[in-house]
Order: sequence, then structure tokens, then C-alpha cells
Amino acid sequence: MGGLDFSKIDWTEMGTASVDTLQMMLYSTLFTLVIGLPLGVLLYVSSRSNSAVLQWVYRVMSFIVNIIRSVPFIILIVALIPLTRAIVGVSSGVQGTIPPLVIAAAPFFARLVETALREVDRGVIEASQAMGATPFQVIRKVLLPESLPGLIAGVTITVVTLVSYTAMSGMIGGGGLGDLAIRYGYYRYEKEVMIVSVIFMVILVQVLQMLGDRLVIYFTRK
Amino acid sequence: MIELKQLTKTYGDKKKKTTALSGLNLSVGKGEIFGVIGHSGAGKSTLIRCINLLERPTEGEVWVGGVELTRLGKRELQEKRRKIGMIFQHFNLLSSATVFDNIAFPLTLIHTPKQEIEKKVNDLLELVGLQEHGSKYPAQLSGGQKQRVGIARALASDPDVLLCDEATSALDPQTTDSILKLLLDINRRFNLTIMLITHEMHVIQSICDRVAVIHAGGIVEEGPVTEVFLKPQHPVTKEFIERDARGEEGFNLAAASLASGSRLARITFLGTKTYESIMSQVVRETGVNFAILQGTISTIKDTPYGKLTVAFEGKDEDVKRTIELLRQRELDVEVVK
Repeated sequence: MGGLDFSKIDWTEMGTASVDTLQMMLYSTLFTLVIGLPLGVLLYVSSRSNSAVLQWVYRVMSFIVNIIRSVPFIILIVALIPLTRAIVGVSSGVQGTIPPLVIAAAPFFARLVETALREVDRGVIEASQAMGATPFQVIRKVLLPESLPGLIAGVTITVVTLVSYTAMSGMIGGGGLGDLAIRYGYYRYEKEVMIVSVIFMVILVQVLQMLGDRLVIYFTRK
Repeated sequence: MIELKQLTKTYGDKKKKTTALSGLNLSVGKGEIFGVIGHSGAGKSTLIRCINLLERPTEGEVWVGGVELTRLGKRELQEKRRKIGMIFQHFNLLSSATVFDNIAFPLTLIHTPKQEIEKKVNDLLELVGLQEHGSKYPAQLSGGQKQRVGIARALASDPDVLLCDEATSALDPQTTDSILKLLLDINRRFNLTIMLITHEMHVIQSICDRVAVIHAGGIVEEGPVTEVFLKPQHPVTKEFIERDARGEEGFNLAAASLASGSRLARITFLGTKTYESIMSQVVRETGVNFAILQGTISTIKDTPYGKLTVAFEGKDEDVKRTIELLRQRELDVEVVK
């Protein structure tokens, strides 16, 4: 263990990597929410339905979601290269990382949404049905507002998971802090870059988690 | 207003069938407060949930305000449900919405203009006595206040009928009485038809006009509350009434040491007769003495009534004449011994 020399660090590169990580995180979170939320609602609705068709929809969806969740991200990211190329034109860089991130995180988030919705008191749903609410109104005016704290907690977990997934994007030259840490720290034995990158990621995760927790408390009315 | 015809509800498949309701008939008039009393598992909850089709009956017809509900399409049913208010044992308020927004909820479902909502909700807050609490969340309210919000919410869409599903069962006796008073007040003010289910005779006795006793998925006794209460026929009914009459439980006929030759009778007074001096007038005439062994004088909704268990002492023919005279004055006399 020689002494650490932080003057070796290329701060421009560090800055670019930080921005890359933030970009990957933001875009992948955005798309994950847009896809995962309706998917989660559909999982919830179909799991409770009496209709045979919807029960099959649930089984099939649940099966696909479980498959995606059980494949390690590092394998998923490689396996999805052709699909990624078809969607965004490239299969590397920040852009090339977003589709695999979203495909991995959306089913995960959908499960969290489903779980949060299940926490909603059955009686409240019934009361709104008794008042003549349409199924869509029940979702929009009862299920989603009532489960908001749970949904926010789910978003927080998803974002943090996405941050750690971005670290693996180095495999396909995705860039970002995790990529930097592995390239310098693991392949070139430059511990300093690794340490600083990891510290940055730790700070990022801490801030995200704290923000999420605060929002959950703010929206909890029970 | 409400009419149930041959209502049947079964759960499960052919192998394991449980019957919650079997061929039940019931009719509730406009402006009436109708109570259904029964033990848990008797089917009363299923019954009230069938009226707005939260529970779909397996067979039979559900008529509310001249419309048969089981034949309605989804849309029409949603529309009809807006005219059937419902309150619940556990209130079922939106925990994420303020008191104001909870009451406004049925109105927002039909896209009522904001100003109209504002006015309506404020009127309702006043009606249920929660003017100060509009911006609070349900978690900040007591049980009684939550039920008041529930009532205001149920009234927001100007329903023709109000269904009360064990609405006071989660409340303490004092709060129960204040909620019952509010329901009675609403019933009189708006001539609103109310149907409630309960397992407390006290609730029936306080506000109901008519009552039905439900047992094992069917109605075993039905009629005006005064009649059912004072002359119960079915064992289940008797049980409910005895359980509620706290003072009567301690009375043991066999243990009472009576003077030999005395006769035991149960006398029932109803209406203004309760307050008349019929007893003393009659015994003065016949020269018979009596001891009151046990008694209640109370009211059923607005009707006063009295129930006395009395031991008459005197010559046999004088006692007989006393009973005859009491009957002539239109008291109900049942000779026990």
C-alpha cells in the first residue's frame, strides 16, 4: 500500500463521469417510471380481477417480470445489445446504456408499485365504487393518491438500484463513475480515482435516499 | 323505496357451497328508517351490500327507487349508485385527502363545478357539525368525527337512500348516540330513506320505524319496532331483546319468594298509557295488592312504553277481575303463574 496521491486525478474526466452517471440515472429513472407505473397498475388490477382473461394476463406478465428480474444485469446488458441498437441506434455510451437499464428496472419498479397498491385499504376502494366511481377513477383518485408514500419509497429504491446498475455499464463502454472506478482502480491499480468515484456514488445514493425518505414522511397522512 | 325479491346469495362452487342469503324478501318505504338486526354471520352484511350491488346476488331482484339494479349495465349502475349513499363501520375515508376533499369526492367524480362543490361541502360540514375541521386529515379526527365525515360524504350526491353498514359498531356508546341522533335528524329533515344493519338492539330501538330480524340467511321476524320489541315471537329476537335489557337479566322468577296464592303477571304499557295511573285506579277498585318485581319504563324511538312484572295478592276472583279490568283499559297482560 503506497501513499495516496490525489493530485494524479484527472478532474475533468471525473466531472464528465459524474455528469454521465447523473444523465443515465435521470433518463433511465424517467423511462422506468413511465413504463413501470402503468405496468404495476396492470399487475395489481389483473391480479384482483375475476375475469379469466385478466387472470391470464397477470400470469403471463408476472412470468415475464420474474424472468427479467432473475437475469443478472451484467448478462442482461450484453444480451440486449441487438435490441438496444435497434432502439437508440448505438449499443454503447450513455445512450446505449439507457435501454438495458430501463428494461431491467421497469419490471422491478412495477412489482414495487403492485405491492404499494396492495397496501391500500380494500374498504376505501369499495366505498368509492359504492359512490359510482368508474374503474379508471378508482385508480386515479383512490389507488394512486392513497399509495403515494409507498410509491415514492418504491421510486427511491428503484433510483438507488439504477445508480448501482450504471456502474456495470462499463462493460459496454457506458461511462459514468462506476465505469471510471473499475477502469482505474481495478485494471490500472490507480486507487485514488476509484476511491473518489466511490465516494461520489456514496454521496449520490445518500442524498437520493434522504430525499426519498423526506418525501415519504411529507406525504404520509396516517 | 327499496324492494328485495327472492334474494339469494351463495358463495363457492358446486362442491363447497355456502348460502349467505336464501330467497329473502324485504320492502322499505320512502322516508322510513328500517333496521336489520342479526348475529355476525347471519347474512346482514351481505344483505346490505346487495342493495348497491357491491355484492352481486346469485338470484333475485333488487329494486331501488323503481329501478331493478341487477339488470343495469355498468354505466347505468355507476350512475344509480350515486343516488345510494353508504356509510361503513370503519368509515373508509381517503386517508390522503382532507375532510373537505373527502366530502367533495362524490362530486368530483361527476365533474361538478368548483364553486358548487365549495358551497355544497361547506353546507354539509355545517350539517354534521365539522365546520372547523375541513382542512384536517382523517387521522386527526376521532371515530365519531370520522363517521360524520362519512355521513356528509354519503349525502353529497343527494341520495334517495342511505345504507348504514354497522355504522356505529366501532364507536363508544356516547358517540353512537350522537351519530344516531344525527341520522334521525337527517331522516326527518330530508325525508331520506335509511336502511341500517346492526347487532345492537339499542340502535334499532333508538331510531328505527320498522325492524327485520335476520337469521341463517332469512328473515325470521319483521314488523314495527314497538311490536317486535314488546312481543317478540322468534327465539333469536327474544335473545336480542333480553341481552339488551340489562336490568332484566338479574331477575330470577324461581328465586323470588312469593306469598302463597299470589299471581304473577307481565304487563305491557304502550304510548301515552305509560304515563297514566291505570294500575292504581284498577287495584283501588278491586282491593287487590301488588308488588312490582321488575320493571322498565323507556321509549322506543318516540313511543313511550313500560314493562312490569307484578305479583298480585288477594282473593282469586279479585285478582282475575283486576287482570280483566287492566285488559279492558287496553293494557297487555300476560299471566305467568
